Amino acid sequence: MTRLGRPILRIVLLLLVLTFWEAAVRLFAVPTYILPAPTAIAVAFYRGTASLVYVDNLWITFYETILGFIAGTVLAFLLGTAVALSRRAEYYFYPFIVMFQALPKVALAPLIVVWFGLGLTSKVVNAALIAFFPLMVNTILGLRSAEEDRLNLMRSLAATPSQIFWMLRLPGALPFIMAGLEVAMIFALIGAIVAEFVGAQAGLGVLIQSLNFNADIAGVFSILLILSVLGLVLNQIILLIRRRVLFWDPSEKRAGEERTKGGMM
Amino acid sequence: MEETALLVIADECIAVQQLRKVYASRGGAILALDDIDFTVADGEFVAVLGPSGCGKSTLLKILAGLIPPSDGEVWLRRTPVTGPRRDVGVVFQSPVLFPWRTVLENVRLPADVQHLDRARHQALAVELLELVGLGNFEQRYPWELSGGMQQRVAMVRALIHDPALLLMDEPFGALDAMTREQMNLELQRIWLERRKTVVFVTHSIPEAVFLADRVLVMTPRPGRIAEMITVSLPRPRPLEAMTTVEFSEHVGRIRRHFGVKGGIEP
Repeated sequence: MTRLGRPILRIVLLLLVLTFWEAAVRLFAVPTYILPAPTAIAVAFYRGTASLVYVDNLWITFYETILGFIAGTVLAFLLGTAVALSRRAEYYFYPFIVMFQALPKVALAPLIVVWFGLGLTSKVVNAALIAFFPLMVNTILGLRSAEEDRLNLMRSLAATPSQIFWMLRLPGALPFIMAGLEVAMIFALIGAIVAEFVGAQAGLGVLIQSLNFNADIAGVFSILLILSVLGLVLNQIILLIRRRVLFWDPSEKRAGEERTKGGMM
Repeated sequence: MEETALLVIADECIAVQQLRKVYASRGGAILALDDIDFTVADGEFVAVLGPSGCGKSTLLKILAGLIPPSDGEVWLRRTPVTGPRRDVGVVFQSPVLFPWRTVLENVRLPADVQHLDRARHQALAVELLELVGLGNFEQRYPWELSGGMQQRVAMVRALIHDPALLLMDEPFGALDAMTREQMNLELQRIWLERRKTVVFVTHSIPEAVFLADRVLVMTPRPGRIAEMITVSLPRPRPLEAMTTVEFSEHVGRIRRHFGVKGGIEP
């Protein structure tokens, strides 16, 4: 396979699927309020983008997601660290953790909106709440994963607990923490959208609902397209950080090798 | 009586008295070490030899202050060992290098932990790495090195803070036979140059005889001292020393302790 062969095949396949979709919708005269043709989605996308409605609402959802992500993950890291390092913290917090873990966090969205109103705050709180758990669980697992040999080495040097944390436990936990952040980022986006569904004045979630209400399904599809691109961009941000932070981790090295191998073929 | 005897011997590094270690387990208490008494002189190389499970690693961990003895006392340079100490360097069975640190940063770890002068120990780390032929690998990461190279880094790391005592727990057990012989030569060279007190745990009889001034032979569980054998082969010992009659006599004498029971690797 040549260098360009694979990407070209990919694009050809994508175009084939889109053509088939378009042809099927036209051939069977599927109503647009059931399944719009790709061209109709493209038109809706252009209409929304040109009027800046999409951009304004995208910005709002992006903002809510990022704020929720930061608030949720900072809290998750701090609480996870406390639970991982202190038996007492574990004893007191563990029942709450177990209870909340089993609960589908999106079910709390209506309550959050009642408590924090229709504005930005309720979206950030909901995004933070959903982003919180994957990182907290991974922080605990990661900090506890320090190998006995490595702990013995640090102890044999008469290292203090804080040195063991900064020089061994924390760097050793980074693969877990980065995996947690990856999930937390996407979860924060879900949290923001769900909170917007429940009650909001602006954002892509609000836009989806109003377009859906007006049976503008092509419009809904165009928003879904934007959301999936947003999710992809947010994920790429985390992957970029991960590559810098975890250059030494086997998972990163393997990914790097695959990348270069893929390039050579 | 014992205490005064301790004070008389001036150049003593380790004194172990009436050491016992009992582990609690589901089936009751297990006696791992019993009646262990020995001293190691300053600058002496002592090998602790015994079959798997005889408690020799436990003994080393007690010397390192990582676990407390159930009974008895351990003295290091005339102060009792109550916990990990800064004048001890430990080399473990696996290299235990941190993958997020470069080779140089790994070697510097003990100096970082003990807040020793940064610039001086940076220079010292470079010098030590050159001593073991890893001068060009300072900025590499551990996962870019072979097993033998990694263990050499671990050895050098244990020396960076200039400890009085070097404790080695089967450090070459995971290496192939050829690399292992090279590492034995290397260790002897470093030891002749630096003259640290070394306690070296192994289950290989030839390795113990090749390296040590004295070999402490232990019995299977519970670990007791079967015999303390002095090896008087001249130094530096080349690998060919292993083929001499004297060498074989030492090996044979030690092997008799395990002859019937087996359980020890050649």
